[in-house]
Amino acid sequence: MAKLTFNGGIHPFDGKEMSKNIPIKAVNPTRDLVYPLSQSIGAPSKPIVSKGDYVLVGQKIAEADGFVSSPLYSSVSGTVKAIEERLTVSGKKEMSIVISNDGLYTESWAWEVKPYESMDNSEIIERIREAGIVGLGGAGFPTHVKLSVKEPQKIDYCIINGAECEPYLTSDYRKMIEAPEKIIEGLKIYLKLFPYSLGIIAIEDNKEDCIKVFKALTKEEPRIIVKALKTKYPQGSERHLIYAVTGREINSKLLPLDVGCIVNNIDTVISVRDAIFEGTPLLYRIITLTGNSIRNPRNYKVRIGTSFLDLVEENGGFKQEPKKIISGGPMMGIPLFNLDVPVTKTSSALLCMTDDDVMEMEPSECINCGRCVQACPERLMPKQLSDFGEHGNSEGFLHYHGLECVECGCCSFVCPAKRPLAQVIKSMRKMELAKKKR
Amino acid sequence: MSDLLNVSSNPHIRSKTTTSSLMFSVIVALLPATGYGIFHFGLKAFYIIALAVFTAVCSEKLFCIITKRKSTIGDFSAIVTGLLLGLNLPVSVPLWIPVLGSFFAIVVVKMLFGGLGQNFMNPALGARCFLVISFASIMTDFSIDGVSSATPLQAMRAGDSVNLLDMLKGNTLGTIGETSALALLIGAVLLIILNVIDVSIPLTYIGTFVVFMGIFGGKGFDAIFLTQHVLGGGLILGAFFMATDYVTRPITFAGRIIYGIILGLLTGIFRVFGPSGEGVSYAIILSNLLVPLIEKVTVPTFFGKRGTKNA
Repeated sequence: MAKLTFNGGIHPFDGKEMSKNIPIKAVNPTRDLVYPLSQSIGAPSKPIVSKGDYVLVGQKIAEADGFVSSPLYSSVSGTVKAIEERLTVSGKKEMSIVISNDGLYTESWAWEVKPYESMDNSEIIERIREAGIVGLGGAGFPTHVKLSVKEPQKIDYCIINGAECEPYLTSDYRKMIEAPEKIIEGLKIYLKLFPYSLGIIAIEDNKEDCIKVFKALTKEEPRIIVKALKTKYPQGSERHLIYAVTGREINSKLLPLDVGCIVNNIDTVISVRDAIFEGTPLLYRIITLTGNSIRNPRNYKVRIGTSFLDLVEENGGFKQEPKKIISGGPMMGIPLFNLDVPVTKTSSALLCMTDDDVMEMEPSECINCGRCVQACPERLMPKQLSDFGEHGNSEGFLHYHGLECVECGCCSFVCPAKRPLAQVIKSMRKMELAKKKR
Repeated sequence: MSDLLNVSSNPHIRSKTTTSSLMFSVIVALLPATGYGIFHFGLKAFYIIALAVFTAVCSEKLFCIITKRKSTIGDFSAIVTGLLLGLNLPVSVPLWIPVLGSFFAIVVVKMLFGGLGQNFMNPALGARCFLVISFASIMTDFSIDGVSSATPLQAMRAGDSVNLLDMLKGNTLGTIGETSALALLIGAVLLIILNVIDVSIPLTYIGTFVVFMGIFGGKGFDAIFLTQHVLGGGLILGAFFMATDYVTRPITFAGRIIYGIILGLLTGIFRVFGPSGEGVSYAIILSNLLVPLIEKVTVPTFFGKRGTKNA
């Protein structure tokens, strides 16, 4: 049963102390807002505004294109300046809607709010879809798709992922401290959708105060339990979270619902709650601005579409010249070569580092120490997989289950020879997945 | 400043452990045994070890220069090889033995196969076995200053008794580094605490060996007899410092257990049925050859393989 942890994994320096104790602050954009049309897994959204249109806060600017797709909303009021290719976090230029902010923040939405108990399940899911909510932990899988389960009675657990195992990130922590009741309200919506399920709020034990708060708040809730997980990266990985709290294992071919689980990130649950309780679409993200070149590391409530540059300027610029800037955490985040890219639905942090460990390291020969095998939470053999990757040996790669890799980066982290194991495996995996699709 | 920032694939942080830091830990862990060896066998032991280390480093450097490769001596692994070889030599050897041995270890066993990480056999042990086969009488002469007497294992074979405390302290005959079990164990504990090695191989190795000796050693499960065998010869040095050599042991956990068991069996067979009564070196290099096979059959079951729909 529940082991509250998993085998493998690593304990990197967590860096959360820098930003965890300062309350979230709202910040308004000063530059144009940029909304890439592709912000989630699935088809990009289709714009429904054109150049010159005046839009309000909460006005839909692009609609979903198909079932696995999600609509976009303007987070400011102003004029649509262009629909053109703009640089995004991915490093590529992507088709985006650009809105120039008039600074008035005139709001528009007028969704009817009903008590969720009186709503139909299909009505709830439709509202979630309409609100543009996707998995905000990073993957960006549209939430309504996840919740559209054929047999809702077969779901045993609704798991809220409060692990936040990435070093430096504290946005989930701040949300748990500042609005725990919202998370519980959100979870209750899930429990209505899945009538036979048990709600589990899973939090790593380095966030003791959160665990205490939730235990106190859910004392009277028969269908909600709080689980304290052992702190270890990557505990927040969906597969390892499910294993830690239920003892059930899934691989790359199974979905959480195949083992009766629905897993959602803290912020996703809050957005679901806001869509149902307040009738608001997804407009904001909480972003951890941190790293040792940041003057005052803290969390910001940011309007989606805001440039990361605005965030840094609001914070008073850099204390020290950053060498590397990462969107997300240090383990799985995406490095940026240019700071002027927009916050999207799946952004969670901006980490500005003064040292770049990785660039200074020269990979040397593998000494077969086995640390990668020990650290791999998927019980793979990263050393072998990266050998296969380097030699393009697709047969060997598949035989050693390379497709099961979750790209957590533990192997590269522990490697004493500083070999880019995760990088090689990741690219090989991408190639193999692409081949499969063909 | 350029407008472009550094980008590289994730993860963006790395652990502080490096190949050289691991090798350095091994060197430090071997110092108690080295120190005791020099104290016990005299200044000549120091010369032997120093020559072995010096030759190992020079051979590697020269090899890199001649083959136009980047110098790899900075990873300290040549020092470890030289040191281990020195500790595996009797003090009576002429001084060209460590030079020849280290040269063989580095050039033939290690570098010709592609350098650190590619050698399939422990270089120090490969060289020692080469020396034992080529110069048998020199390599098995354990006399000090011309006075010869028996090593603990030889004495036990002859039916004489050996003082256990002397064996623990190292006040016996043998190669420079193998006599003091205590000094070796201090180093081994250090390596375990620093997470450089884990106990899977030493424990299964020694455990299997003890069981084997209990059954086939001829004295049953006699505690003193078995302890003498564990402390005698090169077992402690081999089990903790050479069987655990990363490059030449299996990478998987299950593989290490199998490897340890094979080592224990082979060492037992060589000690009981072999001609010399010693068998650790041969057991280890033979098992080294089995590693690719062991790794092949011990691929771990991936996470979620047992996962089934609607469990």
